[in-house]
Amino acid sequence: MPGSDPPGHPGRTIVVAFIVRRVIAAVLMLAVVSMATFAIFFLIPRALGQTPEGMASRYVGRDATPEAIQGAVKRLHLDDPLIVQYGRFAKGIVAGEDYSLGPKKAECPAPCFGFSFNNNQPVWPTLVDRLPATLSLALGAAVLWLVTGVSIGVVSALKRGSVLDRAAMTVALAGVSLPIYFTGLVSLSVFAYTLGIFPGGGSYTPITENPVMWFQALVLPWITLAFLYAALYARLTRAGMLETMGEDYIRTARAKGLKESTVVTKHALRATLTPILTIFGLDLGLLLGGAVLTESTFSIQGVGKLVIDAIRGNDLPVVLGVTLFAAFFIVLANLIVDILYAVVDPRVRLS
Amino acid sequence: MRKTNALALAALGTVLTMGLAACGGTAGGGGNTSSGNNATGDAASAAKHNDAYTKVVNPSDAKGGTLKYALSDEPDSMDPGNTYYAWNWNFSRLYSRPLMTYTAQPGEAGLKLVPDLAEAPGEVSADGKTWTYKLKKGIKYDDGTEVKAADVKYAIARSNFTDELTDGPKYFAQYLDSGDYKGPYKDKDLNNFKGVETPDDYTVVFKLKAPFSEFDFLAANPQSAPVPQAKDTGVDYEKAVVSTGPYKFESHEVGKQLNLVRNTNWDPATDSVRKQLPDRIEVQFKQNAEDIDNRLIAGQIQVDLAGTGLQSAGRAKIVNDAKLKDSTDNPFTPFNRYAMISTKVKPFDNIDCRKAVQYATDKVATQAPWGGPLGGEIGTTAMTPTTVGYKAFDLYPNGADHKGDLAKAKEALAACGQPNGFEANVAVRGDRTKEVQVAEALQASLDRVGIKLTIKKYPSGDWSAQYAGKPDFVHKNNLGIMIAGWGADWPSGFGFLSQIVDGRFIKASGNYNMMELNDPSVNELLDKGIQTTDATARNEIWAQVDQKVMESAAFMPFVYEKTLIFRPSNLTNVYVHPAWGMYDYTWLGVKQ
Repeated sequence: MPGSDPPGHPGRTIVVAFIVRRVIAAVLMLAVVSMATFAIFFLIPRALGQTPEGMASRYVGRDATPEAIQGAVKRLHLDDPLIVQYGRFAKGIVAGEDYSLGPKKAECPAPCFGFSFNNNQPVWPTLVDRLPATLSLALGAAVLWLVTGVSIGVVSALKRGSVLDRAAMTVALAGVSLPIYFTGLVSLSVFAYTLGIFPGGGSYTPITENPVMWFQALVLPWITLAFLYAALYARLTRAGMLETMGEDYIRTARAKGLKESTVVTKHALRATLTPILTIFGLDLGLLLGGAVLTESTFSIQGVGKLVIDAIRGNDLPVVLGVTLFAAFFIVLANLIVDILYAVVDPRVRLS
Repeated sequence: MRKTNALALAALGTVLTMGLAACGGTAGGGGNTSSGNNATGDAASAAKHNDAYTKVVNPSDAKGGTLKYALSDEPDSMDPGNTYYAWNWNFSRLYSRPLMTYTAQPGEAGLKLVPDLAEAPGEVSADGKTWTYKLKKGIKYDDGTEVKAADVKYAIARSNFTDELTDGPKYFAQYLDSGDYKGPYKDKDLNNFKGVETPDDYTVVFKLKAPFSEFDFLAANPQSAPVPQAKDTGVDYEKAVVSTGPYKFESHEVGKQLNLVRNTNWDPATDSVRKQLPDRIEVQFKQNAEDIDNRLIAGQIQVDLAGTGLQSAGRAKIVNDAKLKDSTDNPFTPFNRYAMISTKVKPFDNIDCRKAVQYATDKVATQAPWGGPLGGEIGTTAMTPTTVGYKAFDLYPNGADHKGDLAKAKEALAACGQPNGFEANVAVRGDRTKEVQVAEALQASLDRVGIKLTIKKYPSGDWSAQYAGKPDFVHKNNLGIMIAGWGADWPSGFGFLSQIVDGRFIKASGNYNMMELNDPSVNELLDKGIQTTDATARNEIWAQVDQKVMESAAFMPFVYEKTLIFRPSNLTNVYVHPAWGMYDYTWLGVKQ
C-alpha cells in the first residue's frame, strides 16, 4: 500500500541509494563525454597530421609571424602531450587555473573550464552569463508546448476523425516539418518588421533588467520553438491516448460507473503521459544545452548560440565547456524523469 | 511567393554562410576613383543609389539619440592595437586617435593623410630612416590626464612585440630597428625598446632598418594610438580601452555588447576629422546576418558594422525594388579576387601555358558567383582601381565581352607545346561557396580549349599554413592554379602588392605569393618605390610593378570586389570613406 512502508523506512533508503547510484553514473558519464569531446577536437586532428603550429595559427592574426604562432602555441599549451592537456583541463575544473593576459595573470577559479582560444575570456563565467537566456527560452517554450501539445492531442484523440482532429493534425504536421529558421524569420518579418507588434531580433533583455521587455522579446522565439515541439507532442499524445482508450482497464473503469472526465484524466492520460515525460525530459535537457537554431535566428545570446559560434571558430575550450554543460543537463533531466516515473506510473519501482 | 522564397533563402543562408562572415573585411585601404565634392549633400528624400559614394547624404549637425550597430560575428578584439579588421580600423577611431589618419571626405580626396594625434605629417631624415612626429599639446584621455609621447611608444611596443597581442599586423616590428627587443610584457623597461625614441613628452621618433617612404600610412594604423602603460591589461585591455576620441567605453561585454558614450575630455578644436553627434553608440555582436539586413531595412538599427554589405537575400530584395535600391551604395572594397597560377608546377612553369588560361577564361562566368556587376567589376590588373597608383590596362584581352578569346588561347597552348590541352588541378577553399563556384566556372571555361581542371578543396582555416600557402605542398600535389583574394592594409601600390608579388616574401608556410613569382625586376622596383619620397614618382613605380606582374601571366584577376551597403533613412551624415570602402563611422548621426 502506498505510504505504508515497513519499519526502518526502506522506501527512503531505496530512493537515496537510487539517487547516489545515478549521481555516480552521471559523473562517470560526464567524464566519458569530456574525454570523447577532447579526443574529437584534439586527438583526431593530431592523428591526421595537424601540428600544434597549424592549430595555433587559427587563433592569431592574418599575417602572424612564426614567433607569434610559437607564442600562441606556448600560451595555449598546444605543444604539450595530449594526456597533459587533458589533465590540465580536468584539473582546471576541480582546482582552477591561471592564464597569462600579458602584463598580468588572470585567475580562473574552479570550476574553470579554461579560456576561450578566440577571445581569451574564461569559459565558465561566459557559460553562466549565457544560461539565463537559454533557460528563459527553453522553460517558456516547454510550458507552452507541453500544455498546448498534450491538450490538442487529448482532444484530437477523443474527437477522432472530426474536423477538429484533422485540422489539428494538419497543423501539427506543418509544425514538425517546417524548420525553425524558416518559421522564425517569417514570424519576425510579419510580426516585428511589418506589423511592429513584437520587437525584432537581438532584443532579448534579461528579466532582471526589464521584465516587460524580456517577455515581449521572447514571445516570438517561444511560439516558434514551441510550435515545433507542440506538433510532435500533439501527435504523440493522440496516438498514446487512442491506444490507451482501447485498453481493458478503461472499459473496467467505465463499467464501474466512473465519470468520463475521471476516466480520461486519471486513467487514460496518466498512462499516456509516461512516454511523453521521457521525451519531455530529453527534449528539455537538450534545449538547456542550447536551442541552437532558435537562438541563432533570433540573435539570442544563449548557450546554443555560444556553441555554434565556438564550433565555427574552432574555439575548443568553449566547445568542451558547452558539451559538458549540455551533457550535465541531459543526465540531470533523465534522472528527474526516472524519479517522476515512479510518481506517475505505480507499476514502476525505483529498485 | 517571392517574399517566402526570399525568406527561405535567407534562412538557408543563415545556416550555410555562418562560417563566412568572419573573413569579410580584413583590413585594408582602397577608395574610389570618382571625384569627391565634400560636405554638401541632398535631402534624404532625394538621395539616390550610390549618392553616398560621392557626397554626404542626409547632412546634419543635430546631436543626440542612440546610434545602433550590429555585427554578425565578434571582433578579433576591440583593442585598437590588436585588430586586423578594416571596419575596426574605421570604428576604433571613435575612441582612439592614431598619429595620422585619413581626410574626412568621399572620393580620392579621402585618401590623403592628415595629422591626428600628431601636429604635422612625419618629418623624414635625409637617409629616409628616421621619422619624427610632434604631438599636439593638450590632448587628453577620457580620465582627464594628458597624452604623452611615451604612451605612443608603449602602444607600438605592446601591439608589435608581444606573444599575447597577436591579432593585428606587425609592420612596426618588421620595419623598426629594434634589435632583439623582447616586448614590454617580458621586459618592463621601455628604454630597452630602441626602435622608438621619445626625447621629450611631445616628440616621437621612429628608427627604421631601411628607408620607408610610406611611413605615414603606418602611422595611420590604430596601433599608433596611445596607451598608458599603467592602464594596459594585455588581452583584456579591450574591455576598457582608454579613450582619446569623441566617445569612451561605458561597458563592454566581450563577444556580446559594446556601449559607448560621449567623452567630455575630447576637444573638437584639436580634431579635424571626427564629429560627436549621437549621445550614445551601441554595438551588438554575433547577430543573425540575415536578420541584420531586415532590421536595417526596418530602421531598427542603423549600421551593419562589418561594412561588407547585404547578404544574398537582402540583395535580392534590393535589386527588385527601385525605392530600396536608392537607399544603397555600391562601393569598391579593398579586395581583388583572383587566381594565382604557379610558376613552378608543370606545365604552368611555361609562361605560354599560363597565357592560355588568361585568354580562355570566361570572366563573366567567374564574376557571377560574386553577385554579378553589383558584387564586383571584372578585373584585368593586380592592383584595384581604388589603390593609389592604379592604372587601367589589359594585357590579355579575352574578347569584347570578356567571355574568353579561344583562338588566342589555342595559339598560346600551341606555343606551350600542349596544342590539345592538358590536365591540371585548381585549389580552392572548400568552405567558401563563392570561391568554389568560381573554380567551377573556371573549370568550364578552360574545358573549351582542352584544359581539364580537377578541383581540389581544402579547409580555409589551414589554407595558408598547410595547403596553398605552403610551396612544398603545392609542388607535391601539383596545384597549378589557386583561387585567392587580397585586400591592402593601406591604399597604396606597395601596401597592396608587396606581400603578394615580392619574390623575397615567398615563405615555407603562410605564403601569399602562391604563384611563387620571383622576378628580380619586380623586387627591385618595389625597393626603388619604397625609397622614393616624391609621391607622384612613387605612384608611377607602383603602376610599373603592376605591369610587370601581369606580364608574368601568373596573376589572373577575376573581379575588383564591390559591396552593396544599406543606408537607412534615419542615418545622417553618411558618406563612403574611400580608405575602407564603407561609411565613415566617425561622422554618422541618427535622426530622433
